[in-house]
Amino acid sequence: MLEPAFVLVASFAYLGLLFAIAHWGDRRAAAGRSVIARPSVYALSLAVYATSWTFYGSVGRAASTGVGFLPIYLGPTLMAALWWVVLRKIIRISKANRITSIADFVASRYGKSTLLGGLVAVIAVVGIVPYIALQLKAISNSFSLLLQHPDVASPLREPTSLLTDKALYVALVLAAFTILFGTRKLDATERHEGMVAAIAFESLVKLVAFVAVGCFVTFGLFGGFGDVFDRAAALPEAERLFTLGGPDAGYGSWLWLTLLSMLAIVLLPRQFQVAVVENVDERHLDKAMWLFPLYLLAINVFVLPIALGGLVRFEGAGVDADFFVLAMPIAEGQDALALLVFLGGLSAATGMVIVEAIALSTMVSNDLVMPALLRARVTRVTEGRNLRGLVLGIRRGTIIALLLLGYAYFRIAGETLALVAIGLMSFAAVAQFAPAILGGIFWRGGTRNGALTGLAGGFAVWAYTLLLPSFARSGWLPESFLEQGPLGIESLRPEHLFGLEGMDGISHGMFWSMLVNVGSYVGVSLFSRQSAAEHSQAALFVDAFREPRASASFWRGSASVADLRALLARFGDERRAAEALAGYEEGLGRASGDRADAKLVHHVERLLAGSIGAASARVMIASVVDEEPLGIDEVMDILDETSQVIAYSRELEGKSRELEAATTELRAANARLQELDRLKDDFVSTVTHELRTPLTSMRAFAEILLDNPELPAGERERFLRIVIDEIERLSRLINQVLDLSKIESGRAEWTMAEVDLKEVIEESAVATAQLFAERGAELTVRAPDGVPPVAADRDRVKQVVLNLLSNAAKFCAAERGVVAVELSVSGGQARVDVRDNGPGLGADDQRVIFEKFRQRGEAMIDRPQGTGLGLPISRQIVAHLGGELWVSSEPGRGATFSFTLPLVRAGDPVSVDSGGS
Amino acid sequence: MSNGRKSERLVALALLGLLLFNYPLLSLFSSEGRVLGVPVLYAYLFAAWTTVIALIALIVRRS
Repeated sequence: MLEPAFVLVASFAYLGLLFAIAHWGDRRAAAGRSVIARPSVYALSLAVYATSWTFYGSVGRAASTGVGFLPIYLGPTLMAALWWVVLRKIIRISKANRITSIADFVASRYGKSTLLGGLVAVIAVVGIVPYIALQLKAISNSFSLLLQHPDVASPLREPTSLLTDKALYVALVLAAFTILFGTRKLDATERHEGMVAAIAFESLVKLVAFVAVGCFVTFGLFGGFGDVFDRAAALPEAERLFTLGGPDAGYGSWLWLTLLSMLAIVLLPRQFQVAVVENVDERHLDKAMWLFPLYLLAINVFVLPIALGGLVRFEGAGVDADFFVLAMPIAEGQDALALLVFLGGLSAATGMVIVEAIALSTMVSNDLVMPALLRARVTRVTEGRNLRGLVLGIRRGTIIALLLLGYAYFRIAGETLALVAIGLMSFAAVAQFAPAILGGIFWRGGTRNGALTGLAGGFAVWAYTLLLPSFARSGWLPESFLEQGPLGIESLRPEHLFGLEGMDGISHGMFWSMLVNVGSYVGVSLFSRQSAAEHSQAALFVDAFREPRASASFWRGSASVADLRALLARFGDERRAAEALAGYEEGLGRASGDRADAKLVHHVERLLAGSIGAASARVMIASVVDEEPLGIDEVMDILDETSQVIAYSRELEGKSRELEAATTELRAANARLQELDRLKDDFVSTVTHELRTPLTSMRAFAEILLDNPELPAGERERFLRIVIDEIERLSRLINQVLDLSKIESGRAEWTMAEVDLKEVIEESAVATAQLFAERGAELTVRAPDGVPPVAADRDRVKQVVLNLLSNAAKFCAAERGVVAVELSVSGGQARVDVRDNGPGLGADDQRVIFEKFRQRGEAMIDRPQGTGLGLPISRQIVAHLGGELWVSSEPGRGATFSFTLPLVRAGDPVSVDSGGS
Repeated sequence: MSNGRKSERLVALALLGLLLFNYPLLSLFSSEGRVLGVPVLYAYLFAAWTTVIALIALIVRRS
């Protein structure tokens, strides 16, 4: 069954089936019923990640390092969790800017730089060529193995001439196939629905084939998982395979491989192609985020059983562990299964080669060849003829060149390296894009120069530490290059740079290249300036999830619509160019006239970018447009508008905070006003009450006098005396109320002068002597001579002293009443104490006696002995003169009223003002 | 669940995965023993892997 002719026919039949699927996919897409617009197909197409490295190489690596193959699949699982953050943003940016490759992405991010796009394209090609070689090696070796059945020992590779080398024909067939798949038409969106459908189908085939052979080995040859591991435990290397930490599979390299594959799953050109360019709807990510890792898990479950089973089965038989997957069914005579496995491996390899070659050819034509042609001003490029054919030609040529390069690498180095070692080298190459891309979408500050130096430096170190050693191993470079270093310089040994030991080749290369790459990217970015174009692109990329900014506002110039239409037509045809413009006008709701505005120019540039890349589109547009370059200042102005809006809103926030504070103050003031209003009402009602009492009394006595004319003269005189007393009391009350209101409102007149307190006290003592005599109380005055004068209104001070003395007279003990007045000086102030030996005041009374109409004891209820305004007035007077009036007392031990007044300071003239303060 | 919350959960999960799949937690399982006939290290890795995938699905589903 495994005759060469049959295997060949089966292989071509399978490729034919793939092509039919692709054709069907394209037809459905054209009919608007896309087969790939579902998340499960998207996830399956992402599984193009699993190449023949996975299909054959994993088992090979597992046979030598146990679980050492796993980080390559654990990393993508971790990255899948981060897709929502990273990949979704990349997809969003790419769709908005019609980005069709990684080179385009990087060029676009850093100001549509042709140089950067070209560099990325070169790195991608050089980095991926070994990976393509790996697929060629897998196909040709598996084919050889199939042909020499039932012998499964790895064939000795005799030196073959070019013309008889199977790998060369494999390369050519794959090139033809890829060209048929990917470059039949030039599409502005650069999407290949049919190809994606075929890739998804291939993913299914390789999974089914691998699981089938896994089941066959585990449950057919052995008695289940337990049995495989039991029998493997008897192998001499079992302990090493079952655990981690050997020299080949240390934790350090484990971590590096995890990180490396995390980057690869996003940055490999083929992953970018299926995950970003071919993405139909970014919501498909949701399901792919767990479905894709699940696929990887499923295809890896049987790797260890096959590897260990192979070691047991082929112990000492000289079978290449990389091909255990195929050797097992062949050795057991399972021809059909062997053929299925071969087709699975073919799927894995062709899927990778097709997508990778398409992605790379887009990159090479858009970012390397077209810009070079445009720059060289080759006549047929700059003149008006249709360029579709040219672009397609470039791409087809690129695909053939790529596969031939892959074949060349395979001839040079492929035979001496394991599959995995080749693949890892490619991973490390594309990992060099990480700083420029991941940094570019999250950090606004990354500059073109930073990306350029980072990429170039990282790539150079990669080539030195990883690519050159692979040449040296194959004898293409002298062995001494590895052992003694170039020119015998020990510290430059490529796998032990500067004497660094203890890392495996990949970890070592990754460490140094990333150190140089990240270091230069960040360092140079921090110390270089962005141009206007870079600045606007950086903002566009980093803020991809914000509301779309009118990016056309970054452009100023004029162009004619006819020119733009002609330009579009050169990369498509007249009809489609007209359609594109009509579609645009429809969206705008008006005709665009003769002159194109900035928006239309931008729109056309985006359309073109889809076909020939952002950098080339920029150049083409510039050729038909009179552009006024926008200076960095103007771009900054545009960006500043945004920051101004932000500043305004900050200001508003501040204002609203101030308003809030003001409101709080107002509320407090209002509360205080209400309180004052209440106090005023109280005051008025109290005053009214106070006025009514004497009036009632006067009226009563006046009526008695009127009604009883025959009253005895003594009685009549007594009653009249009472009436006069009440009138006096009333007028005193009214005077005091007026006085208080004048003082409170500040309308009182003050005659400031130097006042001798001793004199005032003595005069007051004389004036109240009669009062004390009536009460039978004793008044003593102790006023030393030489007390300096105070600055005050003499009459007002006297009013205070009189008030205190008359109060003391009223409230001192009824029998043997003693009142003492004392004048003293302390701390620049004169102090007067008036002490009585009355009943004293409780704490509550001490507080209320200074309120209006409150008196000692049950004021207002008892027969009032005063107006209740004396103390409040006195306190106001003293306060106005800059002093203090207070009382200290304990119930039963008398009370002392004291006040202070400021002394006149030497040379400080007493201001003789009048009126309110 | 907002996009922000979803992102935070997924990033946290990725960090958890990085922890589970690497030294030193990994070294705890690098021993000679077997679980149901499967070497401990293999069993642990595949179990942890399945868990991480399930958690991704859970987070995505709940949003």
